[in-house]
Amino acid sequence: MTTVVIQTIGRILVPFIQLFGLYVIIHGPVSPGGGFQGGVIVGASMILLALSYDLSSAEARASHKVRIAMDSTGALLFAGIGLVALLAGGFFLEYGIIPLPMAPAEVRGIFILLVGVAIGIHIMALAASLFLHLAEEHEI
Amino acid sequence: MDHAPILVVIAPFVGAYLIPLLGLWKEKLCYPVATVAALLSAFFSFWLTASVLELGTIRYYVGGWEPPWGIELVVDPLSAFMCLTISLVSLFAVIYSKNYIGRELPGGKTTSYYTLILLLIGGMLGAVVTGDLFNLFVLTEIFSVAAYALVCIGRKRGSLIASYRYLILASIGTSLILLGTGYLYVVTGTLNMADLAARLPALYDSWVVIGAMAFLVVGFGIKTALFPLHTWLPDAHSIAPAPISVILSALVIKVGAYSIIRVLFSIFGVEFITGPIPIASVLTWVAAVGILMGSLFAISQTDIKRMLAYSSVAHIGYVVMGVGLAMEIGMTGGILHIFNHALAKGCLFFCAGAVIYQTGIRSIDDFRGLGSKMPVTMAAFTLAAASMVGIPPTAGFMSKLYLALGTLEAGAWVFLIVILVGSFLTAVFYLRVVNLIYFGESRVKSQESRVGVGDSRLQTPDSRLFREVPLTMLIPIIILALGCTLFGIFVFIPLSVVEPAVKLLLGN
Amino acid sequence: MRFEFIAVNFPYFVSVALLLVGLYAMIVRKNLIKKIMGLNIFSTSVLFFLIAAGYKEGGAPPIRVPGIEVYVNPLPHALVLTGIVVALALTTFALALVIKIYKEYGTIDSDKL
Repeated sequence: MTTVVIQTIGRILVPFIQLFGLYVIIHGPVSPGGGFQGGVIVGASMILLALSYDLSSAEARASHKVRIAMDSTGALLFAGIGLVALLAGGFFLEYGIIPLPMAPAEVRGIFILLVGVAIGIHIMALAASLFLHLAEEHEI
Repeated sequence: MDHAPILVVIAPFVGAYLIPLLGLWKEKLCYPVATVAALLSAFFSFWLTASVLELGTIRYYVGGWEPPWGIELVVDPLSAFMCLTISLVSLFAVIYSKNYIGRELPGGKTTSYYTLILLLIGGMLGAVVTGDLFNLFVLTEIFSVAAYALVCIGRKRGSLIASYRYLILASIGTSLILLGTGYLYVVTGTLNMADLAARLPALYDSWVVIGAMAFLVVGFGIKTALFPLHTWLPDAHSIAPAPISVILSALVIKVGAYSIIRVLFSIFGVEFITGPIPIASVLTWVAAVGILMGSLFAISQTDIKRMLAYSSVAHIGYVVMGVGLAMEIGMTGGILHIFNHALAKGCLFFCAGAVIYQTGIRSIDDFRGLGSKMPVTMAAFTLAAASMVGIPPTAGFMSKLYLALGTLEAGAWVFLIVILVGSFLTAVFYLRVVNLIYFGESRVKSQESRVGVGDSRLQTPDSRLFREVPLTMLIPIIILALGCTLFGIFVFIPLSVVEPAVKLLLGN
Repeated sequence: MRFEFIAVNFPYFVSVALLLVGLYAMIVRKNLIKKIMGLNIFSTSVLFFLIAAGYKEGGAPPIRVPGIEVYVNPLPHALVLTGIVVALALTTFALALVIKIYKEYGTIDSDKL
């Protein structure tokens, strides 16, 4: 049973949790963390919302269709980066080889960030889905 | 640089993530996308096999990271052979799905069906091309989870429990695989298969290595449905939708067998498994018991799909027996049987699915007189059954011949007798069905004669009811049935890949 | 001497004990959810074993900081993270199955199914 205390604390916490999750994703290349960890944190904020309020309020912010679309987009973005490296003449995911007008280290830095963002999008939808999908009245 | 090793895996995975996105927009697009993805991966498999036969083993460094740091894909002739088998049979399963799934699944679930089937295919292809033990564990788990979900997707009565039992048993298997992988990592400090093979000979006395082997063999044995560990198989394989039964029975358990081959021969090495710890001969004995018991269980079944499922338990025994002989001719027979059994069992499950699709018949007794009503399907069924039994011109005969020659060369008369008795028992339950199909008096006809022969009102709806299945289902059936025969006559085609594979595994 | 052997290898003994507890729960318990709990304990014991194997006495977390020479082995951590994700996916799917089974049969007792 949710009470006003739980709802208020949940409401205050959720944006900060999401911000922290995004920070973990963006800072992945230079510090512990990365797409997966950050994605799970953002996904968990939706679970907190669903628990402290109710399912429909979480559902209103991340509906079934949005989650599926994000899930697929993240995975396809990841595969796309790998395939771009392949087109540039390297191995799959060897993104350092992609010819951009900057130093190779910077190219790697940009692409590891992109990979992190792709995984982050994928995982935040997935982590939220794991809970919300079970709670919803869906087919498996 | 040859990119086929990664492309063969990426094609189904990209398809699998494209489908939910397109499914949100138009559900009809799922089937063509899935077919194209399966077709692409079949094309890349052919490319891969051609270049492996030409250039020898291909090593591919994902992300450009070389082995000690990165994950390496290693495609030797055995991997290429498995890739080809998996991508061909699963391509037919995807093609077959169009009409079958349209009828069997409730609306709105086709998207998840095609997503899961592509994940299953991609996971299996990944498991056979990887050169990293931990990666093998991860991909095994990916295709296993997809398989659990696909078993219960049809929502038939009992499918949920079959899926649950499969999940619990197979998860024990995967945990044991991870434990074995951990043991090997602790003693060698590497997870790369080639590195492991180089470092293990110095550690053959270590109990940790023996423990690791035990865990890995039991873990993959559960995935393979090796005889005493097969209890999850009959329920799961018989209750799944027909295309899924095909993939589970023809491919998923074969990937388990592939993993056992890979672990025993490419990691531990022939000297170890035949020398101090004779795991190879233990496997041969287990397989022999499996052949006999699987066939005996199959004889007592009344449901066609359960009979086929138990027959898979018996036939995985032939594969493992050939592998356990650990000598050239026997292994050639065992590995060749992976392909031949995939063709034949795929065809049989497709036929059973076609009969269920058209008439709803599952009981073997009701197959009476189907030969005149679904002539093409039943002819294919007969051909595939002949291949399962091992009647001379078919593919099944060739692999059993190699197996029998292998047992003779090893001087193991017991196993020759087991192969012969096993084939005899297989003949008993397949010929019973074939006999009913062609010579059994149709149940419907006998009803007719009771009502009166002249009554044409009964005949017309029946002949409409029992016509052949749509082309998307018939073509896979015909191609697989022809394959059962042609690859028996032109056995040198699969052998051209199997023989170098066996030579490489045995290290000469 | 023997006591020392146990003390040094203590994490491994715990791991084996957990493994057996999990296996016991999966085999003996009739409740489908408790079986899943057993499965989780079972896979956790394997992960625990891997973590223990990668630990080094006095090692720092595997992030390069100037002045620190001894790090714990990061590879088992990567393996364990992957293993956790796999276990998570399995558990979620198994729970979804149990929900469906409960809706269809009205019980989660494996004897009554």
